[in-house]
Amino acid sequence: MPTTRTTSFWTTKRRDVLAGYLFIAPQLAGIVAFVLLPVGLSIWFSLNKWNIFTGDLAFVGGENYLRAVNDPQLPSVLLATAVFSGGVVILNLAAGLGLAVLLNRKITGGALFRTLFFSPVVISVVAWTLVWGFLLQDNGAINNLLALVGIDGPNWLQQGPTAMAAVIVTQVIRSVGVNMILFLSALQGVPRELYEAARVDGATPAAVFFRITLPLISPTLLLTAIITIVGSLQAFAQVAVLTEGGPDLSTTVLVYYLYQQAFEFNDIGYGSTLALMLLSFVLVLTIVQWQLRRKWVFYED
Amino acid sequence: MTPAKKLTAIAAVAAITLLLPACASGPDASEPTNAADGSVDLRMSIWSSDERQISLFNSIADEYKTDHPEIGSITFESLPFADYNTTLTTQIAGGNAPDMAWVGDIAKDLIVSDALVPLTETFQKTKGYDYDDILPSVAKSFSQGEELYAYPFSNSPFALYVNKTLLAEAGQTVDPENLTWDTVSEMGAAVNKSTGKAGFVIRDFDYSSWLTLPSLWTGWGAKAWNAKGDTCLMDTPEMVDAFQFLHDAIYVDKSTPGPGVTADFFAGDSAFTTAQVSRASLLDGSFDFDIYPLPAGPAGDYSVLGQAGMGVLASSDHPQEATDFLSFMTNPTNSAQLAQFFPPPRESLLTGDKLAAVNTKLSAEQLTRVVVDELPEAVSPPVHTGPAKIAQTGKTALDRMWNADADVEEVLGDMCSALAPLLTAE
Repeated sequence: MPTTRTTSFWTTKRRDVLAGYLFIAPQLAGIVAFVLLPVGLSIWFSLNKWNIFTGDLAFVGGENYLRAVNDPQLPSVLLATAVFSGGVVILNLAAGLGLAVLLNRKITGGALFRTLFFSPVVISVVAWTLVWGFLLQDNGAINNLLALVGIDGPNWLQQGPTAMAAVIVTQVIRSVGVNMILFLSALQGVPRELYEAARVDGATPAAVFFRITLPLISPTLLLTAIITIVGSLQAFAQVAVLTEGGPDLSTTVLVYYLYQQAFEFNDIGYGSTLALMLLSFVLVLTIVQWQLRRKWVFYED
Repeated sequence: MTPAKKLTAIAAVAAITLLLPACASGPDASEPTNAADGSVDLRMSIWSSDERQISLFNSIADEYKTDHPEIGSITFESLPFADYNTTLTTQIAGGNAPDMAWVGDIAKDLIVSDALVPLTETFQKTKGYDYDDILPSVAKSFSQGEELYAYPFSNSPFALYVNKTLLAEAGQTVDPENLTWDTVSEMGAAVNKSTGKAGFVIRDFDYSSWLTLPSLWTGWGAKAWNAKGDTCLMDTPEMVDAFQFLHDAIYVDKSTPGPGVTADFFAGDSAFTTAQVSRASLLDGSFDFDIYPLPAGPAGDYSVLGQAGMGVLASSDHPQEATDFLSFMTNPTNSAQLAQFFPPPRESLLTGDKLAAVNTKLSAEQLTRVVVDELPEAVSPPVHTGPAKIAQTGKTALDRMWNADADVEEVLGDMCSALAPLLTAE
């Protein structure tokens, strides 16, 4: 009797496809539950006015978006966000790269300094910021130290410019360790023979840095730039603990402003609108950097 | 389907239809509960984390459970005070609201949204409750019309705490008969000059929570807004004078520490502080203290009250059982127990001796002076719907006040412009 080989539904190809989906399922479930669903809900909430005490959800269309356009406080908030993020990104990348270059030389105690600079990263951000809050008081430790050398320190957290500087610097000191470690590993991946060749050719240290080191670590530079920008746009606890957005609106960054609207003023609709605005900023900045990578990122292969 | 089965089905549907309106008629605590034994779990959100207070609440709950088999558990959930309103509203929004909650300045928002269960009828029907014992003046903040929505369990007048040790160091003595804000500022300046410590501190203000300032500005006859709550009064001449006094105290007399300076009276850092009487629990005996009514302002003597209430949330699965428990927790016997921590709203408990019997820090004489004599006339701090937005917007506008060369009148005028739309908002 001729055996007709019934082709099973589970062909090799289909099995592969299934295995592939099973492998990405956990990740996909996480993204759906913690990214796509919340974003979808935010879009829905942004089109509604939600009275959270009564639970009434009333569709208002674009009212919240119109409000964002006409919000007299929003320009100050966006300016503060730009200043904060700009300050954090520039200082963080410069300091991270600087420290990495220093530590990349064979110096005694290198491991100690590496640990020292990295340790703030693992400290709880609230605890870290609370301590800085005490240090930066008008009668706090920093001004007492300045007084010892005859300097009358400013009332750091009570004046716009110094308050912003304080928030930026505490954020940079706390997070520079991550960039430093990433840069350090990139620096150690630069082939020795390139440096030797450059030295043979009589290149100056500056030329070596800008012509060899920088291009070779540029993929890491892109990575750190993206995570630092995204991180700075999401910095919340520093502002909430150190200045509560004050004085005036000088340190009210977008993420803190949206928290106030949504959770303190119970205006979830407007808060969601602002959250979507923040999301689109992050998205655009990341896409722009990703597109620009062709111009300035050098891949060895 | 056999005819018999059909009939049964019709009967069942009819019975359900008849029962539905009965279920929908809502909670009525005077009716005994129908809940099965152990089926009711109640949760009350509170902002205290004091273990002595929580153990008292638990003992009241345990006593209640012995007569009420339907109760499975009653828990007191302690939330941090700083984020209390935010946490509570987030829980409400997320469908995870507690059955009962302590309420402060959020009460008005909850009442106008019908988020709190009316209590008057249940309390009046509860045997031995003695509803009329509750002072109407303190019930007002948590009432709408004649209806009470939260039991005002804590009615703590603001008082002037004095560090006698520090004053003696500066060669100053308090004359209680002649205690005005001007003399407090003078003595404070002298203390600051000779000891370097702070003069007076308005507790919890911290150049941010300006709604704690009625303990000062009421002395000038000033109010934040009118009784109806739709007109800003922060720019009135009385208010300008009150803020001018504070501004001078900071920048001219140096009798109170400026922004960005921490000074804790209870750690011995300042000579005077204005704080609620209930804060006496923070005194640790490290210095000699006394306590007086708030100093007189240009408008004369006055007293100001900080209040907290306990209410039942309408979203609770067991509003009837929760209301019944609340009427037990706040009956005369249990109110007397709560009085060891919180000045009670019941007239019968408001005597110096009765308060002193359960208060470990203050004497009968002191309690008569700062609680019993003050409560009947005390003004409650301003309440309004949307308190967080008003507080934040006002704070942002006031930030410009805290400079040596600020124009007090102009800042307050701008503050009213910023607050006006919030006061008239529905």
